[in-house]
Amino acid sequence: MKPTRVTNNIRALRFARDEMTQAALAERIGVTRQTVIAIEQGRYSPSLEMAFRIAHVLDVRLDEVFQYPEEAS
Amino acid sequence: MTHQEKRAWIMLVVSVVGYAVYVAVVLSRVDDGRLTATPYAGVLLWTVGGAIAASMLLEIGLGVVNPRASRVSDVRDREIGRLGDHVGQAFVVIGAVSAMLMAMAQWHWFWIANVVYLCFVLSALVGSLAKVIVYRRGVPQW
Repeated sequence: MKPTRVTNNIRALRFARDEMTQAALAERIGVTRQTVIAIEQGRYSPSLEMAFRIAHVLDVRLDEVFQYPEEAS
Repeated sequence: MTHQEKRAWIMLVVSVVGYAVYVAVVLSRVDDGRLTATPYAGVLLWTVGGAIAASMLLEIGLGVVNPRASRVSDVRDREIGRLGDHVGQAFVVIGAVSAMLMAMAQWHWFWIANVVYLCFVLSALVGSLAKVIVYRRGVPQW
């Protein structure tokens, strides 16, 4: 069991979008507010589909919302 | 806390309390130190029935205390639910295999029934515990 390595800027992007609340984002992407909180805190990795929905709602590219650290070669 | 997480907590608490009550009542009925002669079937059935009723009442009670709480489930709830059920199911299999082996070895039915009941309780307990931990710490990535 390991925590997700995916990081995100959802919190900052929400504030940039007229201080969108977690509840409003959750409603737009069809999940509970607790799931948005878990994603923001890195406790849950959303599916690719949900990740795209989040990016669309925040009106940014996917890689502006989610980042994944490069593997050390 | 989502509705499903509250349900996991209820299941966790009810499983522990229900089994503790069962063990306490059965042990209080032991006569001459012979456990296998102790009447247990009625207590077992009442404990199982009571645990189901208590779960339902607690869930209704939470709804009454906080009527505005959301009862919506989403994909994360379903993933955590599946993970918890998967973890708990191992104990159902262990219980079934143990009961089969004990019956083949002609163990007393008191032990067979109690091992099966214990494994059901462990299934509910460990499954609920897994759900609560994953809700709190995050969904593991394999």
